[in-house]
Amino acid sequence: MKKTENSRLLDGALVRTASIEAFRKLDPRIMIRNPVMFMVEAGAVMATVISIHTGMTGGPDLSALIQITVWLWFTVLFANFAEAVAEGRGKARADSLRSTNKETQAKKLRNGEKTAVEMVASSRLSPGDFVLVEAGDVIPVDGEIVEGIASVDESAITGESAPVIRESGGDRSAVTGGTRIVSDWLKVRVTAKPGESFLDRMIAMVEGAQRQKTPNEIALNILLVGMSIIFLIVVVTLEPFALFSGTSIPMAFLIALLVTLIPTTIGGLLSAIGIAGMDRLVKANVIAKSGRAVEASGDVDTLLLDKTGTITFGNRMADEFVPLKGVTDREVAEAAAIASLADDTPEGKSIVELAGKLFDFRGDKSKLSKAIAFSAETRMSGADIGEDEYRKGAGDAMRAYAEAGPQVAELGRIVDGIAKSGGTPLVVAKNHKIMGVIHLKDIIKPGIRERFAELRAMGIRTVMITGDNPLTAAAIAAEAGVDDFLAEATPEKKLELIRQEQEGGRLVAMCGDGSNDAPALAQADVGVAMNDGTQAAREAGNLVDLDSDPTKLIEIVQVGKQLLISRGALTTFSIANDVAKYFAILPALFIAAYPQLGALNIMGLASPQSAILSAVIFNALIIIALIPLALRGVRFTPGSAAALLRRNLLIYGLGGLIVPFVGIKVIDLLINAVGLV
Amino acid sequence: MTTDLGQFALYCAILLACAPLLGGYMYRVYSGQRVLLSPVFKPVEKVIYRICGIDAQASQHWSRYAVTLLAFNAAGWVLLFAILRLQHLLPWNPAGLAPMSSDLAFNTAVSFVTNTNWQAYGGETSLSYFSQMVGLTMQNFVSASTGMAVAVAVIRGFAGRKVRDLGNFHVDMTRGVLYILLPLSIIAAIFLMSQGVPQNLNSYVDATTLEGTKQVLAQGPAASQIAIKQLGTNGGGFFNVNSSHPYENPTALSNLLQMVYILLIPAAFCFLFGKMVNDKRQGIAIFAVMAVLFVGGFAATYSAEKAGNALLTNSSKIIADPGNMEGKETRFGILNSTLWATATTAASNGSVNAMHDSLTPLGGMVTMLNMQLGEIVYGGVGAGFYGMLLFVVLTVFIAGLMVGRTPEYLGKKIEAREIKLAVLAILTMPIGILVFGALSATVPVAMTAVQDAGPHGLSEILYAYSSATGNNGSAFAGFGAGMPFHTTLQGIAMLLGRYGFIIPILAIAGSLGTKNVVPVSGGTFPTHGPLFVTLLIAVILIVGGLTFFPALALGPIAEHFAMLAGIAY
Repeated sequence: MKKTENSRLLDGALVRTASIEAFRKLDPRIMIRNPVMFMVEAGAVMATVISIHTGMTGGPDLSALIQITVWLWFTVLFANFAEAVAEGRGKARADSLRSTNKETQAKKLRNGEKTAVEMVASSRLSPGDFVLVEAGDVIPVDGEIVEGIASVDESAITGESAPVIRESGGDRSAVTGGTRIVSDWLKVRVTAKPGESFLDRMIAMVEGAQRQKTPNEIALNILLVGMSIIFLIVVVTLEPFALFSGTSIPMAFLIALLVTLIPTTIGGLLSAIGIAGMDRLVKANVIAKSGRAVEASGDVDTLLLDKTGTITFGNRMADEFVPLKGVTDREVAEAAAIASLADDTPEGKSIVELAGKLFDFRGDKSKLSKAIAFSAETRMSGADIGEDEYRKGAGDAMRAYAEAGPQVAELGRIVDGIAKSGGTPLVVAKNHKIMGVIHLKDIIKPGIRERFAELRAMGIRTVMITGDNPLTAAAIAAEAGVDDFLAEATPEKKLELIRQEQEGGRLVAMCGDGSNDAPALAQADVGVAMNDGTQAAREAGNLVDLDSDPTKLIEIVQVGKQLLISRGALTTFSIANDVAKYFAILPALFIAAYPQLGALNIMGLASPQSAILSAVIFNALIIIALIPLALRGVRFTPGSAAALLRRNLLIYGLGGLIVPFVGIKVIDLLINAVGLV
Repeated sequence: MTTDLGQFALYCAILLACAPLLGGYMYRVYSGQRVLLSPVFKPVEKVIYRICGIDAQASQHWSRYAVTLLAFNAAGWVLLFAILRLQHLLPWNPAGLAPMSSDLAFNTAVSFVTNTNWQAYGGETSLSYFSQMVGLTMQNFVSASTGMAVAVAVIRGFAGRKVRDLGNFHVDMTRGVLYILLPLSIIAAIFLMSQGVPQNLNSYVDATTLEGTKQVLAQGPAASQIAIKQLGTNGGGFFNVNSSHPYENPTALSNLLQMVYILLIPAAFCFLFGKMVNDKRQGIAIFAVMAVLFVGGFAATYSAEKAGNALLTNSSKIIADPGNMEGKETRFGILNSTLWATATTAASNGSVNAMHDSLTPLGGMVTMLNMQLGEIVYGGVGAGFYGMLLFVVLTVFIAGLMVGRTPEYLGKKIEAREIKLAVLAILTMPIGILVFGALSATVPVAMTAVQDAGPHGLSEILYAYSSATGNNGSAFAGFGAGMPFHTTLQGIAMLLGRYGFIIPILAIAGSLGTKNVVPVSGGTFPTHGPLFVTLLIAVILIVGGLTFFPALALGPIAEHFAMLAGIAY
């Protein structure tokens, strides 16, 4: 279940099940949830009755009537099909998740004692129980580790096959039901009720079973229903006006007019768009606890990003060797590298690497006669080769170690300069003589600066959160191109910042993993919890990233935006379509009363029957044609709102005006060529 | 043609020059700042508040504001109804006119309270001077001030940040009348008197025409009522034929002034809005939308009238074709008649200086469409602006999603509640026009009101109900609106068109007011500039206009093509 980029939107099996679903969804009790399409279904039923009646009594236009009726049914079916396809894509994943959510036997600990083991079914565990999980066991339910350390295979949920370490205390203490322990054992306190575990919620979410309409979707639905009522009034009052004008319009034609005017395109695809948006998140390995969170992520104004892991790689790395007067670069680099040969920390390794890169330094660990590990007491580390001592360490510690000399002032300047630029200075000495300084630096992830520029263009402010001092933070913030930073951040400060932003009317998104992140995650409008974080964090966030990648936040924002754009684009398209439909149907309806109204038939459609039929067919086919767009989402290119609007308005607004004129004309030509009317 | 263009340009220039100035003045008035007239009116204002026991500082929640307004209008209706029914017992009735019938009085009272001024009666033949001056003129002022108060309260909600209240109805009402309507009416009344409009309480005068026939010349306090009828987009004429009557509109200058007055306050609202939301561009964008629709409508009407009716020209022995002059005053000509017709229907004014029933089919359709859009092309005083805001809310919601955020206007998120209310308000137009129109086209009694056969008959019905629901008040004269069926149904349509908008829009403003403001950023949907202007026009025409396309196709459009084809009914 790794990010499987499912490039084909539809495959055979999916189409088959969706087609069956489309018919099952004709049940009026299900249809009523979508009032616009319910109206179409009601129209289709009426048209069917009229056709049968006409067939039996030998009334006029029977062939056209039957065809209109058939296409009205198709309109409903196509909309149902779109929804079924969207749901189907989620179902496949839900099924595979469900297979891991089997009932298991759990080792329940009586009174929390490790010795008193009792075997119970996992479904009978309740929060507060303690269970023992050992190598090879499946963790029965969600919980918090109270004792032990183990490697856990979480591939069932994350798709990542390499086991991860879980241990009590700290930020890696949550375990998820359905994952498997590879080695060692854990004592776990149960935190979820049966049926309400993380996996259960994930399945429900992916399947769309618990899908509730999101706030924006509700608002849009109200608008669509309102417009449908307006058009219902238009069509119902048309008959009296026609009678007044000395003609009567066949009922079936009025139904056809109504169905083509009400916003069926967006009405039919609305739920598919929502489900597909959720599905895109799932594909990015993010689980949303509610649809509301996905929508809110499109609205985000401020992104709080942790420096470590999101903006920088997380470890300081050697960036430069600065020699003192009378020492060459090369000498400093060599001394630094030798002092670091025995140092296995990422910092130490990066020093050796840099020396190798710059001066082709090849160190041999076996030549070392002695390795000095870092200790809090000496605050330095190093190594000896023969009689030569190589040391590196913090400025003041090294000054105490080295012989006093005239270089102290110069050293002070270099050290201060590096600190001011946001780096960390490490002083290098050989045989008690200071050689120079290593400049350790937080390395900014490549491409992140461009990412922030994109976000800025979209109107999103980025704020870097770091525990560094303000000086260091400012330097990194400037280099990474974030808009603002919060230095010496504490959970309280973070929470305060979020409140402040929200007070100013901004929506805030953040990600976090630790227990102390939980209040901020809960306060943020969009809180992305890392899956490898604590249970508290996972509970507090409204989205969970299974990959535990903090950069994901940016992707989530884009998915949210894309969801909203797709809705807006199809709504605009749907409404713009009405102009052409009027010009197709109205002349056809009124030609009997006022032949001169043929002048409105600007598309030159062949006959009244073919005009109405063409409009109905176009209206049905456009739903099918737009299913891929609804599922994939409208193409989203980061940019300013004005640029997005201009582009989308041109495509979906102007396009929505023009396309149906062409489409209806083509269909009219076709059905007349085939001789359907 | 060139003089016509010149006159049109002059008209636009005067409006463009005056509207921002007045908008700025109104901003100061409604925000309680000191203005030039404060020394005169501040004491009066205080006295009014003291007598009425009004706490001028108390701010009202939208619902309280709405209830106060409804109560005030209901009281105004009762008073006016009583005056009309009892005018034979009241003073200033030199012509000895009888009381109005109850259905007509209901219709007339509703009509004036709702700022419609639909006149199912003839002024000089049915109303005493007392009824005109005390009854109607008072409503001309307060119904106009009601609309303005609502618009100001609504703008406060749109502009506010986490505010619970929308202002105080009593204060807004009083200030609107005292500082804005009264001074401007006095200026206009004096100017109109200088042009020859009567302002007296004399008995009607008998005169003998050149042909030797006897004629009764109606008199009365016309100038004062005409001033407010134009300024307050009321439109109810002192005389039956309204501003085509030589006493009501004697000269080219009086005509110009009246036309300017029709659009003056509605246009000023755009600039008032820009000031209140602290972003002039927002007001200018809305002004631009209204301007495009207005100029477009005028151009269509003007060219249709100029093209005239070939059926007429061919059948008679007219040598030089002046265009369609039927129903128009020769002294006004095509330009001033069509410009007036466009302005009066765009602005929910309803006064006329030419007979709309005699416009060419397309010219008539534009005037009808102006009303069917909801009277938002400048629109009624205040009413036009809050009506337009409704379309702004819809436009922002439909297209705002396309920038990938929950739609917002002026930093306020447009959510389910606002959409629900906006949809409710938008529904009033199709109900009032199409449903009531369809009833009138079906019920045999109602159909007798229609004078003409063929599509024009339907146009008459549509026009009548568009005018009532849009609170316009003008009419296709062929429609006999005096029968109880129509006086009653029209009355309901007027109430629906007025309060069916006011209550939802106040609720929207109340809801928006409580919201926090999202700061403007690169991700904000831009609601100024040409793109938004185009978009808003498109939504108005597609959502507002297309609703009426089928009905219009059977009326004016069918008539137009019939005329081209040489078919007469």
